[in-house]
Amino acid sequence: MADLLRITNGERIPRAAIPSLALEEFLQALSDFVKADGYIVQLFAYRDGASNRLLAVLRNEALYVAGTEVGDSFPSLTKTASKKFHMFEREIAEQYGIRPEGHPWLKPVRYHANYAGRPDVFGNDYSVDIPGNYDYFTVEGEPIHEVAVGPVHAGIIEPGHFRFQCAGEEVLHLEIQLGYQHRGIEKMLTQVPQKRLPIICEGIAGDTSIGHNLCCCQAIEALAGLQVEKGASMVRVIGLELERIANHIGDLGALSGDVAFNPPAAYFGRMRGEFLNLLQVLCGNRFGKGLVRPGGVAHIMGAEQHGLIAKKLVEITPEIKNVCDLLFSAHTVQARFDNTGPVPLELAKELGLVGYAGRACGLPYDVRTAFPTERYTDLPGNTNATTLGDVNSRAAVRREEIMHSLSLIEMMLGQHKGEHKSVQMQQYQLAPSSLVVTLNEGWRGEVSHCVLTDDAGRIQRYKIKDPSFHNWTGLAMSLRNQEISDFPLCNKSYNLSYCGFDL
Amino acid sequence: MLKVIKNRFEQGCRTSSYPKEPIKLYSRFRGRPVVNRNCDRAVALQCAQICPQEAIDPEKMTIDLGRCTFCGQCETVSGGAFVRFSQDFELGAANRQDLITDGELPDLAVQAKAHFKKLFGRSLQLRQVSAAGCNACEADTNVLNTPFFDLSRFGIDFVASPRHADGIHVTGPVSVNMKTALLTTYEAVPSPKVVIASGCCSISGGPFYGSEEIVGDLNSILPVDLYIPGCPPHPLTTLHALLKFFK
Repeated sequence: MADLLRITNGERIPRAAIPSLALEEFLQALSDFVKADGYIVQLFAYRDGASNRLLAVLRNEALYVAGTEVGDSFPSLTKTASKKFHMFEREIAEQYGIRPEGHPWLKPVRYHANYAGRPDVFGNDYSVDIPGNYDYFTVEGEPIHEVAVGPVHAGIIEPGHFRFQCAGEEVLHLEIQLGYQHRGIEKMLTQVPQKRLPIICEGIAGDTSIGHNLCCCQAIEALAGLQVEKGASMVRVIGLELERIANHIGDLGALSGDVAFNPPAAYFGRMRGEFLNLLQVLCGNRFGKGLVRPGGVAHIMGAEQHGLIAKKLVEITPEIKNVCDLLFSAHTVQARFDNTGPVPLELAKELGLVGYAGRACGLPYDVRTAFPTERYTDLPGNTNATTLGDVNSRAAVRREEIMHSLSLIEMMLGQHKGEHKSVQMQQYQLAPSSLVVTLNEGWRGEVSHCVLTDDAGRIQRYKIKDPSFHNWTGLAMSLRNQEISDFPLCNKSYNLSYCGFDL
Repeated sequence: MLKVIKNRFEQGCRTSSYPKEPIKLYSRFRGRPVVNRNCDRAVALQCAQICPQEAIDPEKMTIDLGRCTFCGQCETVSGGAFVRFSQDFELGAANRQDLITDGELPDLAVQAKAHFKKLFGRSLQLRQVSAAGCNACEADTNVLNTPFFDLSRFGIDFVASPRHADGIHVTGPVSVNMKTALLTTYEAVPSPKVVIASGCCSISGGPFYGSEEIVGDLNSILPVDLYIPGCPPHPLTTLHALLKFFK
C-alpha cells in the first residue's frame, strides 16, 4: 500500500498529491491490492495534455488512489490478476482507444466512438447499429439453441439485449449486451454550464436520482468549499432512504408477481407509490428530483412535511410487515425463491458485487457504514440473516433493508429541528488541479462519482459508476445452469439499471 | 389462505375515483406554471439565465413545457414574481407549439382528432418503448397499472407486442443506439397508429439536450400525436392526457 495515497470519501485532493507511478508499478500495485481482498471503486482513463493517463480508486477498509501515464496499450490485469478488472478495462478501451493487451474477452461496453479520436479498438466505424463488428458468444452443438431477447422488452422497461445459450430449458450461458441507453453523459458533464449538472445527474438513473445527484453535489461542495447544515444533511438522508424503501418495496411486489402470487404484488405496488408521494411531499417530485443541490437541499423540511412523513410511516409500517409476512411465508413463493439463481460467496468476491446483490452473498460492504457521509456517521448499520446468494436471499435482504431504512428515517425525524435554509444552484468557482471522489450507498449499492479539475478549475474529467456496472455480471452468473423460465425472477431480484450502466 | 384474507381486509379498496372526482395534489407538487406577464423584464431575464433547461423566453414571457423539468428554481429565485407553479397536473397537448406557454393550455379534448376517439375510444392498446429513458418516466407509467390508478378499467392497456398495439408510447431522449429499434417497433404497429411522446426527454432531449449521442426530438423522426410534459410526467398527467385525447 506504500505506493497508494489514502484518501477519504468526499475529500478534495490536489492532483499533485496523487502518486504518479510507472506503468509497471501501477499495475503491480493494483494487482497486489485486489488479490489481497481489495476492490476497485473506479479505474478509468483521461487525456492530460498530449498524454493518456489512468487513475485508480481502490478500497479495502480505506480508500486509496494512484495514477500512471499510459501509451496506446497496457497488459490486461483481467488476464493476470482478477475478473474485477474486466469491465473497467473494456471501458478504458472504448472511451479512449487504449488496448488492454491479452484481455480474455475484449468487447464494447456501450458502443460509441472513443473520446480521443483514436483508431477504434474494436474495429468499428459506428456507421452500423449496435453491436457493430461483434459476434455474440455462442455454444455449439446439435442440442443447443439460442434465445435472443430485446432491446425492446415485453413490458414497460428499459432496453437491453440478452442472448441465452440453452440446452433444452437449461441456460448454459447468458450474454448481456447493453449500450442502447447511452446518452454520452460523462462527456456532456465536462462541456455543459455548471447549472445543468444536478439536473443531468438526477437523470443518470431516475430511480437513483438522489443517490447519483448526492454524489455530484458532494463533489461540487468539496471543490467549492461549501458546508452543509446539519438539518439539510438530515433531509438528504431521509430522501436517500425513502428512495431505497420505494425501490425495494416495488421490487418485492414485482418478485411476487413473477411467481404469480398476486396479492402482495398489488399491495406492494400501491405502497411503493406512498413512498414516492412522500418524496413529493419533501420536494415536489416523486423521484426526489430537485431535492439535493450543492450546499444543502432546495426544499426545507418544515413542521408540515415532518408531520406528514411521520404520520404516513406510522400508518404504513404495520402494513409492510404484514404483506412481507404474507409473501415470505407462502410455500409456493418459497419453492420458487429458494436456491434459484445462486451466486456463491467466492464468485461474488471475484466479481466484486456490491449493494444488496453482494450482501445477499455474504459481502457485508455498505458505504453507509464503511465510508459514511452526511448523518450516516451517527447512524447504526444493518446486518443480514440470509446470505446464500439466491433469489430468496436477495429478497430477504431487501425486506431487512426496508425495516432498517424505516428506523433510520424515524431517527432522523426525531433529531430534526427544522432549522435549515434552502439553497439554489449557483455558479461556483471550483478548486483548480484537484481530484474528488464521492461514494454513497444508493439503493442498488455503491454509487461513485470522480471529478478532476484542470488548472483553471474547469471539469476536465467526470467519471460516474453506478453499482450496476459491477452487478450485471452477477446476473449473468446467476443464470448459469438455471432454467430459462427463471430469468424474469432472477432479473427482478437484481433489478439492475440499464441507463445507470449505459450513462 | 387466512393471511391472504386478513391482508385483503386490511388493504381494502384503494382505487381512485378520478376522473369522476377531482384529485388535489400536495402543495409542493409543481404542475402547470402560471407566468406573470406584467413581471419586471429584469426578473424574467434572471429566471431565464438560471434555467438549466433554457426553457424560459424572457422577451415573450413564456415557458417551454417541452423543455422544462419542473425543477422550480425560477419560482424560488423570483419569489414567485415571474412564475408560480400550480398543482394543476393536466398538461397534455396535441401540438408542440402549445407547450410554449404563459400558463394557458388549449383544451386537449377539443384538439384530439375525431377519428382517434372513434377508433380508440373504447379500447386503446399501447406498446411502450423506452429509448434511453432514465427509468423515472417508465416507472411512473408502470404505476398506472397499480390498484390506485388501475388504467385497464378505462380500456387502456400496455401490451407486449407492437402487432397487438394501436400505437407507441415513447420515453427518453432517443439515443442513437435505440433509434433503429424504435423505428422498427413503430413500423411493426399496424396502421392507423398513434405516437405519444412522454416526458421532456422525448419532446426536446430533456436534461440531455445538446448531446451528440441522442436524437433529442421524437417528432423529428416520427409524427407525434400527443405530448405529455414532465420530468417525469405525474401518473395523473398521463392518465388525464390519455382520457381526454382518446375518450
